[in-house]
Amino acid sequence: MRQPPLVVLDNVVKTYVMGDVEVHALRGVSLSVQQGEFTAIMGASGSGKSTLMNIVGCLDKPTSGRYLLDGQEVSQLSTDKLAEVRNRTIGFVFQSFNLLSRTDALENVELPLLYAGVGTAERHRRASESLAKVGLADRLHHHPNQMSGGQQQRVAIARALVSQPRVILADEPTGNLDSRTSVEVMSLFQELGRAGITVVLVTHEPDIAQYASRVVVMRDGKVLSDTTQAPRAAVLPPPQAGKEEEAAR
Amino acid sequence: MSWLQTLRVAVRALTRNKLRSFLTTLGMVIGVSAVIAMVAIGDGAKARVEAAFAAMGSNMLIVLPGTSTSGGAMGGFGSMPTLTWDDLKAIQTEVPTVRAAAAQLRSSAQVMSEDQNWTTSVFGTTPEYFQIRTWPAAHGELFSQSDVDGGTKVAVIGQTVADKLFGPSSNPVGQVVRVKNIPFVVTGVLAKKGQSQWGQDYDDIVIVPVSTFQQKIQGGLKNVIAGSIAVSATGADTTARAETQIRGLLRDRHRLAQGADDDFSIRNLSEIASAQQEGTRTLTTLLAAIAAVSLLVGGIGIMNIMLVSVTERTREIGLRMAVGAKPSDIRLQFLVEALALAVMGGLIGVALGLAGAWRLATSFGWEVLYRPDVVAIAVVFSGLVGVVFGLYPAHKASQLDPIQALRFE
Repeated sequence: MRQPPLVVLDNVVKTYVMGDVEVHALRGVSLSVQQGEFTAIMGASGSGKSTLMNIVGCLDKPTSGRYLLDGQEVSQLSTDKLAEVRNRTIGFVFQSFNLLSRTDALENVELPLLYAGVGTAERHRRASESLAKVGLADRLHHHPNQMSGGQQQRVAIARALVSQPRVILADEPTGNLDSRTSVEVMSLFQELGRAGITVVLVTHEPDIAQYASRVVVMRDGKVLSDTTQAPRAAVLPPPQAGKEEEAAR
Repeated sequence: MSWLQTLRVAVRALTRNKLRSFLTTLGMVIGVSAVIAMVAIGDGAKARVEAAFAAMGSNMLIVLPGTSTSGGAMGGFGSMPTLTWDDLKAIQTEVPTVRAAAAQLRSSAQVMSEDQNWTTSVFGTTPEYFQIRTWPAAHGELFSQSDVDGGTKVAVIGQTVADKLFGPSSNPVGQVVRVKNIPFVVTGVLAKKGQSQWGQDYDDIVIVPVSTFQQKIQGGLKNVIAGSIAVSATGADTTARAETQIRGLLRDRHRLAQGADDDFSIRNLSEIASAQQEGTRTLTTLLAAIAAVSLLVGGIGIMNIMLVSVTERTREIGLRMAVGAKPSDIRLQFLVEALALAVMGGLIGVALGLAGAWRLATSFGWEVLYRPDVVAIAVVFSGLVGVVFGLYPAHKASQLDPIQALRFE
């Protein structure tokens, strides 16, 4: 190992109590992810992959077990502390983009910086840079309803990147996109991995998982298999040529 | 997140639903504007009452001589002259709460200039009288103590008399008026005082030195006052004490036995004034009650719409939390929105209220009084309503679970 892993889950258990029924969402998951790794988590619905995602994303706390994020034990932090951790080290990308409507791309991307207390000028600068990284430098003042799904998801990725997080968590990021734009988004994630950003992707599509360098399959709250693979290059099919294709190489 | 940023986000959220925001604030608008308008009008009315009493004289008491009884018929106040000049002197010198006291003798008489005549009230008094009634001269001078001592034939006339005898916009100072055919030189014209509460014209008056009055206009006994004594207390809060002290003094001087009726009476004009003010106070209390009810209704409206807003924006709240908003950030956000709604309503209400009061004032000729403190209180209070009624929705928003909120459809 080159350096200590970024994400370390040690026998994480999550049990929900619904009325008098106990739901065992995670039954002891141990997993570690290196910096720069592009991991896909797969599994049928109910396999516990969303719960795993929420715990890795510091949106939820494990019932038992340890979770070390970037060397810090975060499993028992307070709500406010967790918010800070999310703000600084984690970027989220959702299936339904979750952009603020009637708010332009720039301001959507600025949102995490707003809660980090970054000043206005600095916020604008970093948000513009982040949008340029995802190829939307010319769309700063477009509103979500003026953009295609692929563009909206790229705004969301720019938002996830703007606070320079260590981990990007993507929950079915291509679920609402057609196959062409899905490839676009995947190529973007591969690029991020090369830049040293860890990407954890939750998906149920094997096609999409092929782009990752590692696939973790979940079943019944446990890790079923964990394989490293040569990622498939995200090459855009013709006719579209240009930046994304080049970047993917 | 800074306050300014929070406010910006709040304003954006509110302008997203302009009509809804406006309708929500309407409750506050109506409440606050009603209060502002009513207070402006109420204060105007109060000021008019106060001005009327100030015109009568400041902190004034009137001491009237007692009644005479002949064969069972009560003569009414003043029918028996029981007050002496020595009594007056005693009131002036021995009562600490008395600022000034003056005898006022009154007679109705015909007065004439060279070519006009007019029937009016002729008063005989001393210079203190002008002080008691806070009544300066508009033209010329008031007469002095030496005029009283010398019994000179000088007169100070009211504005109405000046107009009737010499015509408006003339200067009668130095001219001669004849009272009961005796010539008096006009030394001054009194400043206009207007009408009393009961429509009596204060300016329809001729005032002469009391000595001259007794010698030339109305005879009678030399050592009793054939009129009343006007007294001005040292302050608004001492009128009641002055009344008691004068009563004690006069009972002593008149050697009235314990339990015997007073042979004089004292009228406290400031008591009448405070009775009038009591009426306005009741009105103000009523207004405050209406205001409280309408602000309550407005507050409930705000709470209602904020709850709707929290539900509508559940995903947004979830997202904000996911990217790093703490529960306290979310709470502040919604609190500021409620506050902005309420204060906006308050400000519109103030504007409408002032405009409404002004409109009523101009079209009905009412007097209105704009009080900046009431405006400030109204705005602050509406803000308070916003915070109180925004607290629950804001708390609810802050307690959302980000995972559930992000999945909310």
